Amino acid sequence: MIRLLAGRAVQIAVTLALLSLAMFLLIGLMPGDPIDLALAGDPRLTAEDAARLRALHGLDQPLLTRYLAWAAALLRGEFGYSRLFAQPVAQIIGPALLSTLVLLGAAIAVSAVLGLSLGALAAMRPRLAPLADAIAILGQSAPSFWLGILLIIVFAVTLGWLPAGGSAEAGGWEALRFLLLPVATLAMANLAAYARHSAAELTNVLRAPWITAARARGVGEMRLLLRHAAPNAAVPVLQVAALDAGSLVGGALITETLFARPGMGKLIYDAVMGNDTNLALVALLLVALVTMLATLAADLGQRALDPRLA
Amino acid sequence: MRLRLGLLLLGLLAAAGLSAPLAAGWLGLDPFAPDLFNRFAPASAQNPLGTDDLGRDVLLRLMQGARVSLAVGVATALAATLLGTAIGLLAAWRGGVVDAVLMRLADGLLALPALPVLVVLAAADTGRIGLPRGEPASDIFRIVAILSVFGWVGVARLARAAALSVLARDYVRAARALGAGEARVLARHVLPNIAGPIAIAAALTVAGAILAESTLSFLGLGIAPPAASWGNMLANAQDLVFSAPWVAVWPGLAILMAVAGCTLVADGLRR
Repeated sequence: MIRLLAGRAVQIAVTLALLSLAMFLLIGLMPGDPIDLALAGDPRLTAEDAARLRALHGLDQPLLTRYLAWAAALLRGEFGYSRLFAQPVAQIIGPALLSTLVLLGAAIAVSAVLGLSLGALAAMRPRLAPLADAIAILGQSAPSFWLGILLIIVFAVTLGWLPAGGSAEAGGWEALRFLLLPVATLAMANLAAYARHSAAELTNVLRAPWITAARARGVGEMRLLLRHAAPNAAVPVLQVAALDAGSLVGGALITETLFARPGMGKLIYDAVMGNDTNLALVALLLVALVTMLATLAADLGQRALDPRLA
Repeated sequence: MRLRLGLLLLGLLAAAGLSAPLAAGWLGLDPFAPDLFNRFAPASAQNPLGTDDLGRDVLLRLMQGARVSLAVGVATALAATLLGTAIGLLAAWRGGVVDAVLMRLADGLLALPALPVLVVLAAADTGRIGLPRGEPASDIFRIVAILSVFGWVGVARLARAAALSVLARDYVRAARALGAGEARVLARHVLPNIAGPIAIAAALTVAGAILAESTLSFLGLGIAPPAASWGNMLANAQDLVFSAPWVAVWPGLAILMAVAGCTLVADGLRR
């Protein structure tokens, strides 16, 4: 266990270091540093001013030197300043991360309950399996932003039941109303993956000899499914959940942008669109870290469920 | 059955894309020219699926979008498959440190949330390396290039696993014992025997690339208007949910058809 955790910690650290280096160099190669943007905004600045400002902020240094200084500051916990929001990055990221985690948590819960039920139904009633299969393929193929737009058209524009986007000023029921459509959009694609894999796994497990033995002893179908089959099928399904962590976070970016929900995904998008490279980089690294931690948690969950893996 | 259904869906889209210029000629319409006197026209003989907010024919723009999406999907799959097969073969054949480094790199890329990284990558200004932004051809090239960065991983992992099992077979040992060079072993004995898994991975790469291209175009980072792509048509449709909600239906159905088609082909090949 200690070995596993240490190995994964090294892997996560190396991945983040390489990602940050690649992204920093790539963005550094782009035209238009912050001083160019300042020049465009203030015609009175002269070429000497620009050179002085570049030297002041260290932008005249080689790219690699700048990367090392930036990375060292990050490690000291200095996340720098956001040009776009005119605030320290650390202050912007906290609420955004919380909002995204709420969205992700709700979407995972909804898609797990519905997806696993659909999978169980397909496994218990083989005649329904083609239907569940079709739903799963359609759900995985439909782009989530399209489903989101359709949900907006039906529930916000036509019926007028739910807001088309944004976020609530207050908490409670009002916040829940703003959460419903984004969660439904994000859960849809994930639900299909869960349904597909849990149906396949449960079908396999239900063929096992101990299931036949339990059935022969007169165990009821519901108890058979929940007590005997589900725990055995849970391990591969958790593995799928671990593999899907990245696409779920990508889905959050789409959903937040589509519904104008403040969160990490929209933050990255806005930062990229607004030339706020520092915010974009820090937010991207944080999102990558959260994704890898989620994957690790799902892996640990598998080990907890299946002693053979530990 | 699945294979046939998938090929049928993709064939329809390919035919639509290929015949786009012909159809524009028949209808006598330009899919890129605004016609402000004919905005939001309902379906008619002149505009089979109606017109959008600038009076452009929706069907013709969908057909143009098919060209873009299929071009991006096929080009990305080609690049990712070539790169992935080469890397997977190299890892399986050399083993040791080369294998470990390449596969850890693949693990690292797989562990990352792809879309946020792609969004940052897509914003990179290609003007600096001489590719003007906003031209359809260079937009397509840029998208294919960044999608290939992630696309090779899936192919490489499958190719490596398949190549490892083939390299341990007796016929490979026999060929080596008969004096076949390593290049011949890989080209004549390994490559043909791992073609199946690679074809499956390639079909899935096409699906992923089409979905990713439409997502990036939807976010305004892919194919820029006035060029038509299913993704940027949907971005436009989002602005019109209150005035013309029906505009949102068709581009999404087209993406669904293309991605489901590729998934069905991959499923069919697997059986």
